[in-house]
Amino acid sequence: MTTTTRTAKVRKGILTAIMFAISVLFLMPFLWMLSASFKIEAEVFTYPIKWIPSQWHMIENYKEVWVGKFPFYKYYWNTVKVTVLTTVISCTVSALAAYGFSKIQFAAGKYLFLIVLATYMIPQQAILVPQFLLYRQIQLFDSHLGLIMLGSFSVLGTFMLRQFFMGIHNEFIESAKIDGAGHWRIFWRIAFPLVRPAIATYAILRFIWTWNDYQNPLIFLRTDALYTIQLAMQKFTTINGEFYSLMMAAAVSAILPLLIVFIIGQKSVIEGIALGGVKG
Amino acid sequence: MQTIKTATGAKPAAAPKRRGSRLQTKETIAGFLFIGPMLIGVTVLTLIPIIAIFFLSLADWNFVTGIQHIKFIGFDNFERLFQDDKFLKSMRNNATFLLAVPIYLAISMFLAIMIDKYVYMKSFFKVAYFMPYISSIVAVAIVWQVLFHPSAGPVNQALMSLGIENPPKWIADPKYALPSLMMIAIWTAIGFNMIVYIAGLQSIPKDLYEAAEIDGAGTWVKFKSITFPQLSSTTFFLLITGIISTFKVFDLIAVMTKGGPLNSTNMIVWNLYESAFVNLKIGPASAMSVVLFFCVLAITLLQWVGQKKWVNY
Repeated sequence: MTTTTRTAKVRKGILTAIMFAISVLFLMPFLWMLSASFKIEAEVFTYPIKWIPSQWHMIENYKEVWVGKFPFYKYYWNTVKVTVLTTVISCTVSALAAYGFSKIQFAAGKYLFLIVLATYMIPQQAILVPQFLLYRQIQLFDSHLGLIMLGSFSVLGTFMLRQFFMGIHNEFIESAKIDGAGHWRIFWRIAFPLVRPAIATYAILRFIWTWNDYQNPLIFLRTDALYTIQLAMQKFTTINGEFYSLMMAAAVSAILPLLIVFIIGQKSVIEGIALGGVKG
Repeated sequence: MQTIKTATGAKPAAAPKRRGSRLQTKETIAGFLFIGPMLIGVTVLTLIPIIAIFFLSLADWNFVTGIQHIKFIGFDNFERLFQDDKFLKSMRNNATFLLAVPIYLAISMFLAIMIDKYVYMKSFFKVAYFMPYISSIVAVAIVWQVLFHPSAGPVNQALMSLGIENPPKWIADPKYALPSLMMIAIWTAIGFNMIVYIAGLQSIPKDLYEAAEIDGAGTWVKFKSITFPQLSSTTFFLLITGIISTFKVFDLIAVMTKGGPLNSTNMIVWNLYESAFVNLKIGPASAMSVVLFFCVLAITLLQWVGQKKWVNY
C-alpha cells in the first residue's frame, strides 16, 4: 500500500467520523422519542438523559395508546384505508392520464396537458376555501371518500409517469396496433409493465405523503370517528396533556409504518426524489 | 373503458383520407378516455376552485348564511387586508422564513459532497439525514415541542448545565419562536435537498475533475470552479421549490405555535386558515388566497425566466 492511499483512507475515516457526529443531530430526536416512549412519566425529563430507561414501562404505555381511553387502532385503520385507497386510485388515474398524454396522438391532448401542468403551480392552500364550500355542497365534506378524492388527482404523478411512458419506443405501440391491439390492451400488456418501477416509486411517495397529511384531514374531517392518525395524534396530546411518555408512544406508532415502507422501498424513494428533482 | 380497435384489413388505398380521419377520431376518443378521470378531477377540484377564489375575494359573505346573502364589494377585502397589521406581520414572517432556504441549501450541498465522495457507509448517511423527511410533521413537531420545553426540555437542560443561566424560551418566546420553527424546517428539509444534490453531483462528468487534478487544482479550487457551477441548475431548482414551500408552511405552525406567541409565528397560510375555518370570514380569507396565489405565480414566472438566464452549465 502506498502512503498516499493510506493517508486518503485515514482522511476518509476521519471525515466519516465527523459526518457520523453530524448525523446524530438528525437521529437523536428519534432516539429520544423512542426511549421516552418506553419510560415511566417521571423519568422522561430527567437530566442527563437516560437513554435506557431504568424502569421499563413500554407495554403499559403502548397498551394505553392503542386500546386505552383514546384507542389508536381505530385511527390507524382509518389512515390505512385512506392511504391505501388514495395511493391505488392516484396511481391508476395518473398512469392512465400519463399514457394518454404521451402515447395517444390527438390534437386536444397537447393543450390539455399544458392546462393540467399549469394547475401544478396553484398552491393547494389557495383553493382550500372553494374546495371546502364545494365539498359541503356535494356532500363530500366529513367523509373518507372526499379525503381520498383530494389526493387522487396528482399532476405531479401524471408528469412523472409521462416522462417514463415517453421513454417507451413508439415502434412497440405501432407494432401492437398493427396486430390489432387497442390502446386499452397496449396500456395493460405493454406500457404498464414497462413503467412498473416508476409507478412503484410514485406509489411509495404518495403513500408517505398521504399518511403524513395533516392539513386536509384537519379541514375536511369533523367527526372524531373518521380521524386519521395525524389528527388523532394531536387530539391525543390535547387530551393527555402532560403525559409525554404516552405522546411519544403515539408518535412512534405513527412513524413506524412509514419507516418500514421507507426501508423496503429506500432505493426507489431516493431515486424518485432525485429524478423528480433533477428533471424539475 | 373499452377496447378501441383500429380498422385493419380495409381495402388498401381505398379513400385513404377518410380512413385516416376515422382513425384519428378513434385516437381522439381513446385519448379522452385515458385522460378523462384526471381531467375531470383537475377541473372539479382545482380549476373551478381557482376561478371561484377570485369571485369570493371580491365578496362579503359568511357561508353559514347561505349563497343568497353573498354581497360583492369590489376590492374592499384587499384594501382592508393591506391595512391589517396581523396580515402584514404574517407577510413579514414569510419573508423572514425565506432565510431558511439558502441556509439549508448550503448545508445540504456540503453534506451531499461529503457523502458522494469523502465518506464510508454512504447509504447509512443517506437514510439518517433523510429520516426527518419521511416522518410526519405532527410527530416531529411534538417531539421538538418537548425537546424545546422552556424549563424541563433536554435542550434547555443541556444549555443550563453548560452554564447558560437564562436560556431562551424557544417557541414560547416571541423573539425566538420564529427562528425555532425555521431551525426545525431546516432540519426537516435537509434530507430532500441533499438527495437531489447527490443526484446532481453524480451527473458531473468525471473528466472535469481529472483535468483539474492534472493542472494541480486543490479541493477548494475544484469545488469553486467545477462542482459549484456545475450544480447551478440543481441549486436554482431547489431554491425555487424551497421558496415556494416557505409560502406553504402550515403543519409546523398548526401543531407547535398556532401562530403565537403574539403573532410572532403567524404566516400567510396559518392566517388564511384561521380566518376561513376558525373565524368563518370567507371574503378576507379568499383575498389572502389570491395574494398567496400571486406570490407563488410570481416565483414560478421567475423560474421560467431565470432558467434561461442565470443557469450556466
